[in-house]
Amino acid sequence: MLELALKGTKKYWGLLVVLGGIAGVAFLTYLYQLQFGLGITGLSRDVSWGFYIAQFTFLVGVAAGGVMVVLPYYLHDYKAFGRITIMGEFLAVAALVMCLLFIMVDLGQPMRMLNVIFYPTPNSMLFYDMIVLNGYLFLNIVVGWNVLEAERNGTHYQSWLKPLIYLSIPWAISIHTVTAYLYCGLPGRGFWLTAILAPRFLASAFAAGPALLILLCLIVRRFTQFDPGREQIQSLAKIVTYAIIANVFFFLCEVFVAGYSQIPEHTDHLKYLFFGLHGKGVLVPYMWTSMGLMFGAIILLVIPATRRHEGVLAVSCVMVFIGAWIDKGLGLISGGFVPNPLHEVNEYMPTGAEVMITLGVWAVGFIVLTILYKIAVSVKEENAGVLRTRVVEE
Amino acid sequence: MERSRREFLKIAGVSAAIGLGTGPVIEAVAAATGHQAAPEAQVAHHPEALKATRWGMVVDTRKIESAEQIERMVEACHKEHNVPMLEEARHQIKWIWETHFHNAFPSQSTDRISEHLEHTLLPVMCNHCENPPCVRACPTKATFKRESDGIVMMDFHRCIGCRFCMAACPYGSRSFNFRDPRPFIAETNKAYPTRMKGVVEKCNFCVERLAVGKLPACVEVSEGILTFGDLNDPDSEVSQLLKENYAIRRKTNLGTGPSVYYIV
Ligand code: SF4
Ligand code: SF4
Ligand code: SF4
Repeated sequence: MLELALKGTKKYWGLLVVLGGIAGVAFLTYLYQLQFGLGITGLSRDVSWGFYIAQFTFLVGVAAGGVMVVLPYYLHDYKAFGRITIMGEFLAVAALVMCLLFIMVDLGQPMRMLNVIFYPTPNSMLFYDMIVLNGYLFLNIVVGWNVLEAERNGTHYQSWLKPLIYLSIPWAISIHTVTAYLYCGLPGRGFWLTAILAPRFLASAFAAGPALLILLCLIVRRFTQFDPGREQIQSLAKIVTYAIIANVFFFLCEVFVAGYSQIPEHTDHLKYLFFGLHGKGVLVPYMWTSMGLMFGAIILLVIPATRRHEGVLAVSCVMVFIGAWIDKGLGLISGGFVPNPLHEVNEYMPTGAEVMITLGVWAVGFIVLTILYKIAVSVKEENAGVLRTRVVEE
Repeated sequence: MERSRREFLKIAGVSAAIGLGTGPVIEAVAAATGHQAAPEAQVAHHPEALKATRWGMVVDTRKIESAEQIERMVEACHKEHNVPMLEEARHQIKWIWETHFHNAFPSQSTDRISEHLEHTLLPVMCNHCENPPCVRACPTKATFKRESDGIVMMDFHRCIGCRFCMAACPYGSRSFNFRDPRPFIAETNKAYPTRMKGVVEKCNFCVERLAVGKLPACVEVSEGILTFGDLNDPDSEVSQLLKENYAIRRKTNLGTGPSVYYIV
C-alpha cells in the first residue's frame, strides 16, 4: 500500500514540502540544542520540565482519544464508525510519533536513551510509560495497516487481529493513565498530587482527540473524494461534548477542593495560574483564555442547532482543541512547578528556539499523519471507485 | 562495561564487609576499566575510610551568626565538587545554598518565629532521604541509595537527563547541567570528576571524602554549625545533639525521612 503515498496531487506534495521545511529548520535548531545543551530553552532548576514535556502530555491524550472511534465500532458494533476507525488509528500513530520525539528532544543525554532498557527500573513510572507508549504505537500500526489492507483487497481482516484490536482499547486508557501517574505520584507537588489527575487527563484526551478528528474529517471531505460522513462527524461531536464537560467538571472539583480546604500547597498553584502569585503571572491571560474557550465550546456544543451546523462545529472543535492545549500544554506543567518547593516564584516561558523545535516535532507528526491519511483515503477512494463502476456495470 | 563495573563494585563492597582483603584487586580493576575508582571501591580499601550505617547531618541554627558563615560552606562544597559558577540564573547549579526559614520550612513557618530564625539564613542541601522519591522516580537507577550507609548517590555516566528526579524531589535539591559546566569552573579539583552537559547533580554527602577518612567539606568550614555522623550510632555526636535538643526536619509530612536535622 505504501505506493499510494507516492502518487499525489500538487497540493499533497506542497503540504509535505512545507512541513518538511519546518521540520528541517527545527532539526538544525535541535542540533544547536544538542551542542549547547538544554540551556537554550526557558527551563531552569525550578521549572525543570516545560514545553516539550507538556506537548508530550497533551499528545498522549490525542493518541488515546483515537480510541473513541475504535471503541464504539468494535465493542458496541456501531457500524457508522467503521468508515473512520482507520482515521482514529492513524491519528494515534502520528500523535505517538510526536510523543516519542518530544521525550527525545527533552532528554539531556539522548544518546543514553537506551539506558531505560539496559537498566530497567520497575519502580519508575517512566519505565511503564515507555512500555505503554511503544506498545500502543505498535498496536495501532499493526491493526490500522492490516485492516486497511484487508479493506483494499475486499476481504475481512485476519482473525488474529481481533484480540489485538480488543487489547488496544484498554491500552489506550492505560497510556494516558500512566502518563498522569508520572505526575500525580510525586510528593510535594501539590498541584499534581490528586487522584483525579488521570481521569481529568482522560476527559481532556477524549475531548481534544475527537475534536481534532472532526477537523481532520472535514478537511478530508473538502480535499478528497472520500467523505467520512455526516453521521460519523455528529457522533464524534457528541463524544467531544460529553468529554469536554467532564473535563471542566473535574477541573472544577479540583478548584473546589483547593479553594474550600484552603490548604496553601494546593491553592497556591491555582492562584499562580489564574491570578498570579507574588506579583508574577505570565500565564494568567492564557489560563483565562483556555477557560473561556472551553466554556464557550461547551455552550456551542450543547445547543443542538449549533452542534449540527458543521461550520459552527468546526469552530467549537478548534476552541476545544486550543483550550485543552493551553490547559495541559502550558498550565499543567508550569503550574505544578510554580511556586517551587521552597515556595519561591520563578516563572517559565519557552524560548524561541524551544518553540521552533516544538513546531518541528509537530511538523514531523503531521508529515506522518498526511502520508498515512493519504494512503487511507486513496484506499477508500479506490473502493468507492470500484463500487461506482460496479453500479454502472449492473 | 558500566554494568559490570557496578556489579563488581557491589561484590567488592560485600567481600570487604566480610573481611576479605580485596583492596589491591579493586584498585587494579578500577584502573583497568579506565574509570575513576568509584567511592564504593575506595570504601573497600582505604584504611581510614569513615563508616556509618546511616549518615546524617545536624544544623545548629542557633550558632549561625552571619550569612558569610554559610557562604563559606557553599564555597567549600562547590570548590571541592567542581560546581560551576554560572551567571544566568536559569542555569545555576547548587549543591548547598542559603535560604530563609520560611523557604526551607514553608509549612512550618509561623507569623511569629523567633527573631533569630527570622533574620538568619539557613543552609539547605540534599536531605539524603531515607525513603527518597528521587530514587523511586529515576528510570535508570542513575540515582540510587547506597544501602550500606543511606547516602543517595548519582552515577553521572548513566543519567539520561530526563529530570524526573528533579520533579520528584520535594526540596529542590537537584540541579541540571543546562550547558557544559566545565568552562565555568574557576579551579578544577582533580580529585573529583567534572560533569558534562545534560546530567543532573546534587550534594553527595561528600562520599568521596568519607572514603578517605575526611568529613564533608561544608562541615569542616562550618565553625561548629554543622555536625556530621552516624544517626544509627547512639554515641555519635549527631545522636547526642539530637537527644539534647529539639530538632526539625524539612517536610516530614511527605514521608521522605530526611537525614538532615535543624536544631531551632
Ligand atoms: S532531598 Fe531530594 S534529592 Fe535528596 S534524597 Fe531527598 S528527594 Fe532525593
Ligand atoms: S535525570 Fe538522571 S538521575 Fe534524574 S531521573 Fe533522569 S536518569 Fe535518573
Ligand atoms: S555534604 Fe559535601 S556535598 Fe553535601 S553540601 Fe556538604 S560539602 Fe557539599
